[in-house]
This record gives sequence, C-alpha cells and structure tokens, in this order.
Amino acid sequence: MGFPTTGEAMGRRAMAGALALALCACVDKADLPRPMVQADPAAGLAVIEDVGCAACHKIPGVAWPEGRSGSNLAGFGARPLIAGRLPNQPDVLIRWLIDAPSMDPGTAMPPMPLTQDQARDVAAYLYTLDED
Amino acid sequence: MLDPAGPFAGPIQTVAWVLFVMAAVVMVVVLGALGVALFGPRKWKRRVGGERLIWIAGLAFPVVVLTGLLIYGLTTTARVADAPKAGEMRVRVTGEMWWWRVAYLDDQGREIVQDANEVHIPAGQPVVFELESADVIHSFWVPRLGGKTDMIPGRRNFMRLQADAPGTYGGQCAEYCGGPHALMGLVVVAHAPDDYSAWLERQSRPAAAVPSAQGPLALIDQGRNVFAASGCAACHTIRGTEANGLAGPDLTHVGSRQTLGAGILPNNRGTMAGWISDSQSLKPGNRMPSYAVLSGQDVRAVAAYLESLK
Repeated sequence: MGFPTTGEAMGRRAMAGALALALCACVDKADLPRPMVQADPAAGLAVIEDVGCAACHKIPGVAWPEGRSGSNLAGFGARPLIAGRLPNQPDVLIRWLIDAPSMDPGTAMPPMPLTQDQARDVAAYLYTLDED
Repeated sequence: MLDPAGPFAGPIQTVAWVLFVMAAVVMVVVLGALGVALFGPRKWKRRVGGERLIWIAGLAFPVVVLTGLLIYGLTTTARVADAPKAGEMRVRVTGEMWWWRVAYLDDQGREIVQDANEVHIPAGQPVVFELESADVIHSFWVPRLGGKTDMIPGRRNFMRLQADAPGTYGGQCAEYCGGPHALMGLVVVAHAPDDYSAWLERQSRPAAAVPSAQGPLALIDQGRNVFAASGCAACHTIRGTEANGLAGPDLTHVGSRQTLGAGILPNNRGTMAGWISDSQSLKPGNRMPSYAVLSGQDVRAVAAYLESLK
C-alpha cells in the first residue's frame, strides 16, 4: 500500500486530469440551460420592476434601487444554491419566489404576491443572469 | 404638465404654449434680422440699422408684449392661490425632510385625520391645499393637476387642485431640499365622491390588523411585538395602539397605501421588509435608520403586521 508512485499511476492521473480539464472547457455556463418551458424572461423583468424586488436585491437590468437586505443576484443563473441552502432548480426557485418562508422559516424574504406564471417568468429572467 | 387632468392644470398648459409660441416667433424674427444684418444686400442692411428700429422693436414691442403676457398669465391663474372659502374642502400638506405629512381639515380648519405621503380627494371638485413646511423650503407639485407652490417655513400658501376624473396622479417635491430630495414623491388619489366619503370614514377609524393567508395572525402578533420592542413608536403613530410618535409618517393605515418611502416604491410585504431592514440603501440620508438588529423572521413579521393595517 502507499501512494501510487509508479510511472503508470502518474500517467493515469495526468490523463484523468486532462480529461476533466477538457470536459470543463466544453461546459460553458451558457450551455447549462435550466429548462423553463413557455417562460418569458422579458416579462419576468417587468414583474420584478412592478413588484419591487430590487428593494432588497441588486439585480442586473434594474437601474434603481439597489437593495442590500437580500443577496446580489448578479450571476444567479450560475449559482448552485438558492439562499445558500436549496438546490437552484426551476421548480424550487418558483416555489421559493412565491413562498420562501415555507422552505426556510428564518428567511427575511416574505411570501411574494406573484402568480405561478409570474414567478416562472421571474425565474426565467434570473436564469439569464450568468455573468458574475 | 402636457397632459392636464383638471381645470387648474389646463390654463397652465395654455399659458405655457402661448409663451412658447410667442418666444419662437420672436426668435425667428430676431434671427432673420441678424441674418439680414450679416449677409443681406446693402439696401436691406440699412433698414435693420439705425436707432429707430431699436426704439420700436427693442423697447416698445417687448414692453407691450411682455406686459400683456404678464396680465394674461396672472389673470389665468388668479383663483388658484386664494384663501379657502366656506364649504371648500381643505387638506393641509406639510413638507418634511423627505416626506409629506397630510391632514384632512374640517370647515374651521381643524384636523379630522392624519395620514402621510398620499392625498385622497373627491374627483370633480376643487380642493384647497394648505401648504406648509416643517423644516426647509419644499415645493408641492402634482404636474397633471396644477402648478408648483413653494412650502415655506413659517408661511401658509394656498393652492387649488381638481381632478376631473377618478385616478392616481403622481407628485414630486420640486424645490431642492437636501439629500434624497429626488426621492420625495407623493401620490394623489381621486375618488368618485361617494367612494371618497367611504374612504375618509375608513381612514378615521383606529388601526385594525386584517390577517390574510400570507400574513397569518400569529405572524402579525409577532410583528406587533417586535414593532413595540424595537422603538418604532418613538417616531411613528398607529392610532388605536400605544405607538404615538410624531417625527415620522403616521402608519395607522399604511397597508392601504399604494407606495412606500414617499412615493418611491410599490407597497407590498416584500418592499416593506426591505424598507424596514435597510431603508438607507433605498433612500440614503432619510431619517429612519436601517434595522440591522432584527432577524430575518422579525423583519418579515413587522412587514406582515404593517401590511395588515389596511
């Protein structure tokens, strides 16, 4: 037993590393679509502005305000987690937008006055935010 | 201003257009004369030279025209600033840094009820606004309903506004008053006369929390306790509770208002939570501190409580 020190093992590791690198290079963030059927990101932005999400969140595309109580949503589409605790998947996000406290009682984010369709459009917009 | 919605805004638009057209005509004539003086044939040049033209076009003409315009402008807007007469509806609006204190008055000028940042009026009748200031000079302006009137400390200025049809009309402080002046807006809501009476009656009642599916009673109660324990009552009044502070806006029916932060944000539990938690990021320099001492759930509870005050 011990650490693999033979040339063969080292070669295998180098191969694996190269393969991983190559895979990473192929997986551009823009190629990680989260399936949002029939959702309209532009309509989502309009909802975001009407409801005033920016009172707590800094959101690319919304010039004012730039709230600080919630997280900055720049790059949200590339993040693995919602609010640092839930998997960042469309169905989870839509539920979160409509009723965050039911998923995390400690959150400051209240249930928002959004219909299912509005929440879906908002989610679609948030998934366009890919630049960090 | 270019889309007047009442009889006190219409004349201002007319005056503005008359002034604009006359100024445009004078400018064209002057530029024409200048062109002639620079590039015209010698015979024409001689005609625009000499003292006679200066006396006529440079002195007599402006004196006559400007005097006429002055009289026209003053007569068109004369009634707007008269003191209130018997039977006219009266509202007192006091400019504060950086919001509006609103009081509805009876015939004798006594307060019926206080409110903030939103003025409700019956449509189709003139309303006398009594405009005052608590600190610096502000200016009250609802562009679609009338002109600007300054709010000057130690003075009471009058202005009439009328909305011909029910609707919502935006307003704005029009005199720089420091810090977040640009974020000092207001909303005028015109009701059909019957709706207005019902609104005033509702507004006169003390606060009553109305629970909802998204704001259940338990959360509202928690919010009420956090509100009491966090010192909010030092600045805010909620009639019917122990909160009787006078420095900030009356919150008795804050949940029924259309906007937050003096006309700048839509009013819902989300924006309410954001305002309570960190109003300084939304309206930098305003006199409400950000409440970084509250937990997420406490913020949400206070927002639910205030939202329930319809």
